[in-house]
Amino acid sequence: MANNRENGGLPSRREVLAGVVGTAAVGGGAVAGAQQADAPKPRPRAPEDPTKMQGLVPRPLGERSAFETPRRLVRVLEPSSSSRTPLQYLQGIVTPADLHFERHHGGIPNIDPERYELLIHGMVERAQTFTLADLKRFPAESKLRFLECSGNGGTAFQNQGRYPRMSPQEMDGLTSTSEWTGVPLKLLFREVGARPEATWFLAEGMDAAVMTRSVPMEKAWDDAIVAYAQNGEPLRPEQGYPVRLFLPGWEGNASVKWLRRLELSHRPFMTREETSKYTDPLPGGKARMFSFGMDAKSLITFPTFPERLGGPGWWEIRGIAWTGRGRITRVEISTDGGRNWEDAELQEPVLPKCHVRFRKLWNWDGRRATLMSRATDETGYVQPTRDALLAARGSYTRYHYNQIRSWRVESDGQVFFAG
Amino acid sequence: MPAERAVAAAGLLLLSACAPESETGSPPAAGHDAVPPVPSEAARALPRPELHPGMPGLLNEAELEALAAAREDGLADIGHLPEFGFGETASPERIAAWDIDIGPDGEGLPPGSGSVERGETLYRLQCVQCHGARGEGSQFEALAGRVPGDRFPFAEDRRYRITVGSYWPYATTLFDYIRRAMPQAAPGSLPPDDVYALTAFILQLNGLLESGDSLDAESLPRIRMPARDRFVRDDRRGGPEVR
Repeated sequence: MANNRENGGLPSRREVLAGVVGTAAVGGGAVAGAQQADAPKPRPRAPEDPTKMQGLVPRPLGERSAFETPRRLVRVLEPSSSSRTPLQYLQGIVTPADLHFERHHGGIPNIDPERYELLIHGMVERAQTFTLADLKRFPAESKLRFLECSGNGGTAFQNQGRYPRMSPQEMDGLTSTSEWTGVPLKLLFREVGARPEATWFLAEGMDAAVMTRSVPMEKAWDDAIVAYAQNGEPLRPEQGYPVRLFLPGWEGNASVKWLRRLELSHRPFMTREETSKYTDPLPGGKARMFSFGMDAKSLITFPTFPERLGGPGWWEIRGIAWTGRGRITRVEISTDGGRNWEDAELQEPVLPKCHVRFRKLWNWDGRRATLMSRATDETGYVQPTRDALLAARGSYTRYHYNQIRSWRVESDGQVFFAG
Repeated sequence: MPAERAVAAAGLLLLSACAPESETGSPPAAGHDAVPPVPSEAARALPRPELHPGMPGLLNEAELEALAAAREDGLADIGHLPEFGFGETASPERIAAWDIDIGPDGEGLPPGSGSVERGETLYRLQCVQCHGARGEGSQFEALAGRVPGDRFPFAEDRRYRITVGSYWPYATTLFDYIRRAMPQAAPGSLPPDDVYALTAFILQLNGLLESGDSLDAESLPRIRMPARDRFVRDDRRGGPEVR
């Protein structure tokens, strides 16, 4: 079961899915084959003519319109360890912090920031501890970067065609983008006198799993961040409050949350997560280890299940693309199941290792159509078909499922996931 | 690069890392005690098993050069910034309180020992509910089971389960994980003897120890797991090829 969840889950139809899937914004319809745990609430009321009365006074804490009820998707009937971002609800590239996906291995710990300490030791000249105030005193940097669980998309990959009633959230909701703020890790490593012989460091969390991953030192000298803020405010508890490691472009699991310890070493530590999990079986009796980088991927988020297009005519196909290897350079759209492809427009800013919004106008003739998107990144990597990925990795490989996704628009406008 | 040179490079790293502090040639900086984690007397006395040459993550010569260049670039990026001196020196006791990781070479294993027999008793009390009577899995994942011939068919054949015996490359990982995260209702509560015993029992369920066996800091890292050599480094680098 823990396996399934890391694979993106194999949602048996017995499972009850909790959470509305952002339906208010896309025209209604609950996730079929699932039930909403929230009891249906009466629709909020609004005056007939809002110009004829004074509006609300300012409030210390804002909240969404009562008409907007996006929810992360949590699988229940088991102790769940993940929740998924409602991708079909979102516009642009930033994920609101309360909708950022979650994945954890021992629940969300409750940590007092005033007692927080980060310990750095091992192959260093000076083993040191840093309080949260110490970390915030260092020069800071902020970066807009995506974070994706490498199990994202596993259900779609391994159960081809079996779940047409799958929304982008259910299929790929383990990816989000935030502005992350913190200290460059290289600054901390220079402070403690990291020895040149150190080739790996262990990152350890303060959760009940005391979760650990080994990370190559090269990442520390490049762009790793010890982050304490997300979208302008302190990290949310489920994102690692008060401090997390953030490794841009790499599988989410390695960006250890609730970070308490970094130990520099001459070799990896071979923790549970990097051996029995987060390794990718390959044909020929091998498995890839330390497969950190996230390859280029794109996903149409409109129109998708559970959407129903209101009729033929102009519609804007929208979605997100991202790559852990730099910038997305191109996204192509097919409306005929992959026979013909045309470029989508990429919305600025097109940032490295960050979700990019793409758009393409489509004049729907009202006949059955299959929509696909295909991303290319600056290394020349092109998002592969499922068949190409199968040939390279085998049918039951785990993690890193970036194959092209398809959506079938029926003549009545109903949209289904089509593999 | 030739395999022998990779081995030599790995060996050199190992030597330098295992050398006592006084022999590394880097004197402690003034005002700081430069202390690597101090292994217990018992653990220090034991010659550690060498890391096997094919272990993913041991850097070859080209990778060591790339790392040195990355370090230089990284330090150049922050070269305009002063050294800040924030933070406190961590005492050996402070480090020891948190330094619980176990390496694939057995580094970090505490004194103590545990038998398969005692492990079975503990397993019945603490583990059965989630992992099944014989490690076959229950509410949580399976721990026991081998693939006939110790094949490794997981990319193409769904009939076989990923277990300690069929997939885990290092027995030390089992000790490390049980100690830090198990049992679920009281994580991190088991003393070293219990962790050795549970590790021994789970290995016995996988046919890797006999029922009369025991484990300690010396014997655990010497267990060769069936899938150890199945793991390879990541060869994806972007570019047009799908891997």
